[in-house]
Amino acid sequence: MGGTIIGSSIFLEYGCHSNTQQTADFFDKSTTDLLNEIAETILPKTNTPGAKDAKVGEFMNVMVKDCYTKADQDVFKAGIQSLEKGCKLKTGKNFMDCSLEERTSYLSFVDAEQKAYTVAKAVEDPAHYFRMMKELTLLGFFTSEVGATKALRYIETPGSYNGNLPYKKGDRAWA
Amino acid sequence: MATGNLTLRPFSIVTKILYDKDTKKAKGVEVLDSETNKTYEYFAKVIFLNASTLNSTWILMNSATDIWDGGLGSSSGELGHNLMDHHFRLGASGRMEGFEDKYYFGRRPTGIYIPRFRNIGNDKRDYLRGFGYQGAASREGWGRNIAEMNIGADFKEALCEPGAWTMGITAFGETLPYHENKVSLDKTKKDKWGLNVLAIDAEIKENELKMRKDMMEDAKEMLENSGLKNVKTFDNGYALGQGIHEMGTARMGLDPKTSVLNKFNQVWDAPNVFVTDGSAMTSAACQNPSLTYMAITARAVDHAFSELKKGNI
Repeated sequence: MGGTIIGSSIFLEYGCHSNTQQTADFFDKSTTDLLNEIAETILPKTNTPGAKDAKVGEFMNVMVKDCYTKADQDVFKAGIQSLEKGCKLKTGKNFMDCSLEERTSYLSFVDAEQKAYTVAKAVEDPAHYFRMMKELTLLGFFTSEVGATKALRYIETPGSYNGNLPYKKGDRAWA
Repeated sequence: MATGNLTLRPFSIVTKILYDKDTKKAKGVEVLDSETNKTYEYFAKVIFLNASTLNSTWILMNSATDIWDGGLGSSSGELGHNLMDHHFRLGASGRMEGFEDKYYFGRRPTGIYIPRFRNIGNDKRDYLRGFGYQGAASREGWGRNIAEMNIGADFKEALCEPGAWTMGITAFGETLPYHENKVSLDKTKKDKWGLNVLAIDAEIKENELKMRKDMMEDAKEMLENSGLKNVKTFDNGYALGQGIHEMGTARMGLDPKTSVLNKFNQVWDAPNVFVTDGSAMTSAACQNPSLTYMAITARAVDHAFSELKKGNI
């Protein structure tokens, strides 16, 4: 996404502390399910696993609870409401009842809105809620076991370095 | 350890060097056990004080205070002074077009290094000394921005492939030894063992600020001349200490009036005490300093051994 991920400094310095029990208090099960579906729309299962396989909804729970400031948490929470409301207006349906095509089309619209907002906003303005969701989806998925090993390529102990190897389009990036 | 001649004592805070004013030499160290708070004394013919730059000076400041108010080695007026570091956190990066059919394998153990080239030979700048660059090239990963894509399967597949080649270089510059950049015992603040902590008062000055302009602009110029596109400079700001290459505060020298240690790292006021870590440095240069500490240490050990044999210390 370019730039620093919201909340990442706390994540990198202190890690996350919650166990599953505690995170359930922050976002309930239905909200976590919704976050998983939003994440899956951003990074869907193709011939490799998608965001839901990496439990990105649960990951967002922990990150927002432990690593976001109160102000960012509020933006994120209000964003969930706003996403639901906007979806109803646009499609006439709840996000969870939409088809994958409808979800993709609606979230593409939200992402365009997010990009325009991010470019125009002043430094001290809060981040857009969908930027938070998208950043957390990318971070959660590509650093997860399935993301790193199935969507990307991962070798725990390469043992050697070669700086000049042939690459052909379609070869996956190293995790 | 196998010979039985070495004892490692963990949980030990050396609080002072024990100084004998009759022999004008050190006779041992006082140790505080960090777990039990009990103190112990250990005695030796020769002491190598290598507690790392700031702590070696802290120990000297706490030693022989009944003779010198400022501690052992303070008679020169230089103990605690001339604190240095490397200033950095600025440079440039850009994008290299082409080479899409090239990739790499494994974890690169090294980067590139550009040695100092400013203020050498006929090159004269409006500041003293110079800087070097460290850098690396790689292909962008999943965190990159793809302007034309939003979300979904194509977006995901694109992020699963490596992006364009980028290269960045970061400059590391020399800081001059300023007498007023100093550490001292903070008489108002104590740690959990009741020991005075160090107060640090240091900043970079005009010479470093002038150098930083070149450090950033030269980076841009080199990357652009190398064919990189969209080259952007960065300066994330710097405060002395961020380089974690702290040096100085017990410098070597040829004159006991202007230095804490002689040319073999012996404290002028106690020749059987050798200080061979970063505190002994007289100037910072712009390279990583540890290898220099090792070389200075090897030389000091050799000198200590021969002096000991001759009965001089």
